[in-house]
Amino acid sequence: MRYLLEPAELFPPLLEGLRGLAVWAGLPVMAGDWAGAVLVMLALFAFCAVAVMVLVYAERKVAGHMQARIGPMRVGWHGVLQVIADTIKLIVKETWIPGSADRWVYRCAPYVVFMAGFLALIALPLDRDLTPAHLNLGLIYIVAVGTPGVIGILMAGWSSGNKYSLIGGMRSAAQMISYEVPLLISLMGVVMISGTLDLHMIVESQRVPYIIFQPLGFLIFLISAVAETNRNPFDIPEAESELTGGFHTEYGGIRFAYFFLAEYLNMFVLSALAATLFLGGWQGPWFPGWVWLLAKTGAILFLFIWFRWTFPRFRADQLMDLSWKILTPLAFLNLLATGLVLVLL
Amino acid sequence: MDLHNFKTDYPEALKTEEITLNMGPQHPSTHGALRLILRLDGERVVSARPDFGYVHRGLEKMAESLSYIQYIQITDRIDYLSSIMNEWSFCLAVEALAGIEVPKRAEYLRVLTGELCRISSHLVWLGAMGMDLGAFTPLTYTFRDREMVLELFDLLCGQRMTFNYIRIGGVVRDLPPEFTDQARVFIKYFEKMPDIYDQLLSDNPIFLMRMREVGYLSAAAAHSHAVTGPNLRGSGVAQDLRRSDPYSVYPEFDFQVVTHPEGDALARYRVRVEEMRQSARIVAQVLEGLPEGGIKTKVPRVLKIPPGEAYSRVESSRGIQGFYLVSDGSVKPARCRIRVPSFANLSVLPQMVKGVKVADVVAILGSLDIIIPEIDR
Repeated sequence: MRYLLEPAELFPPLLEGLRGLAVWAGLPVMAGDWAGAVLVMLALFAFCAVAVMVLVYAERKVAGHMQARIGPMRVGWHGVLQVIADTIKLIVKETWIPGSADRWVYRCAPYVVFMAGFLALIALPLDRDLTPAHLNLGLIYIVAVGTPGVIGILMAGWSSGNKYSLIGGMRSAAQMISYEVPLLISLMGVVMISGTLDLHMIVESQRVPYIIFQPLGFLIFLISAVAETNRNPFDIPEAESELTGGFHTEYGGIRFAYFFLAEYLNMFVLSALAATLFLGGWQGPWFPGWVWLLAKTGAILFLFIWFRWTFPRFRADQLMDLSWKILTPLAFLNLLATGLVLVLL
Repeated sequence: MDLHNFKTDYPEALKTEEITLNMGPQHPSTHGALRLILRLDGERVVSARPDFGYVHRGLEKMAESLSYIQYIQITDRIDYLSSIMNEWSFCLAVEALAGIEVPKRAEYLRVLTGELCRISSHLVWLGAMGMDLGAFTPLTYTFRDREMVLELFDLLCGQRMTFNYIRIGGVVRDLPPEFTDQARVFIKYFEKMPDIYDQLLSDNPIFLMRMREVGYLSAAAAHSHAVTGPNLRGSGVAQDLRRSDPYSVYPEFDFQVVTHPEGDALARYRVRVEEMRQSARIVAQVLEGLPEGGIKTKVPRVLKIPPGEAYSRVESSRGIQGFYLVSDGSVKPARCRIRVPSFANLSVLPQMVKGVKVADVVAILGSLDIIIPEIDR
């Protein structure tokens, strides 16, 4: 039987120890497995928190230097502790629910959004032997669990009882559904070349990074990924100058922090996915695999940050035009061309 | 595309309930305490009604209890981004009433500060416009450059915003010795800056998509709402008081009245960016040809003005800024009425936003460059 999580692949001695502990305590052996799974989950959560903190700090610094200023400087050396200070602030802040809110939906929404990003992390291969769960349908899994995030955003927009939130939530739903289409189709080219949906196999089949064979696919994926994560120039769901905060206008404290975490986590997951599929994943000389993967992910994340601090925002209908009239046909064309080449060669 | 009649009709089956959205008074894109009451059908604006007066300070009434000289510093607070123009037009009215001549050097200094003020005001607008469209970075660039203008003002009159520089009969201080060099450095630096702003904004296809054919204002509509300034020139009307009804020493300078015929938000953007260039040209000419002489006519400390009335107007950064003063022969104005450009410019908004998307309301409002304290007074 294959568990969703296979900690055995990660730390066999740890799992053995836990199983021994379970037997010693008179529990079934399964309890040891489950304890291992919980430990892996905690480790993943810590990883995602740290990754997001580093990312937020990097974004603020990069943005600062792009904007003729220097970014955070006060807390810690060159402001490195600023993110921690912000986190503490968000955690200790009073959580407050607006009177017109649909209380339970309002409460659940941030966690739904967060879980969508977090679950994807489980199947991401950070290195050859460093994958929380090695799934043979990893790619489908990651794309599938990412999708419910839009439901969370819709929940937040609807339950806040605020018109700005509602418009933001509706826009977001339309946008994320629209961009899911080109995003998925752009990935299919890679799947066709490698002939597998297993992320490990996809990485290992890349003697040269697939971006060489799939430049258009990569471009479409990148644009759709920016739109999927609601980042500028596609940040109309939270368009600050129009909708104040969009779907999270009414959120504060730790619930807002979860939205924030989810946004950056999604960015990380999609960048890591792009690195895995198009840039050769963990493969690379001299350094350990995870260093390569994180470096490639970082390069794509830099693009995300660069876009955000350079571009103005699209209008909602222009955004739809881009998805349905340009990106989706192009993605299909890419798929067709890839198929033709594969058949003819 | 027919810009006069935006298509607002779509199948009956899609008709949904309209909602009323209060944009403001506390909202990131209303540039102060302006409230727009929008009726929305989905994301489409059915009607818009501006509601203002949140920062009404009674500036016109205040004039009746302050002496002419005391009131100059109040005029700074009307349009805080082009304070010099407000002081200027007030002093012009008083000078017209009292028959005071202004020395040539003082006129030059007024033009110098006025044009610097126009540059700084347009820079703020440019940054805010980018911000309205979701581009944060232009704001930091324009504020960096505006800082240089503000430092010049700091040097000149010790103030960065409310200058209190122009006096009845002249100006309050002559140029400090290091001013000319520093101003030349700024002009040299500023020469290439509009191109850099263009690279950031108007070379960007997204920016063009958001601005082109958005917020069309016909010359006729502009005239019927008394729209003036860059907004009017963006509709192709070459009306600039500095040329069409010259005051001060403007006829002595070589500059272009910038117009763009398209009448959309992009045209207004281009007019303002080009106007900054022209203002920089005027500043350079002032620095070249600054005559020697006094900076202020002797005016009695307690200025009694013969009974009468006067109207003065100047071309401020946003259009025609005017003062109508009535004197009853005492040391205070009997009546004061301020004609502000933003009020007229805002009045055209409801008809411009009819049928557009919510996002465009922000772009159109931004492109009109209104200043709320000026509207509310």
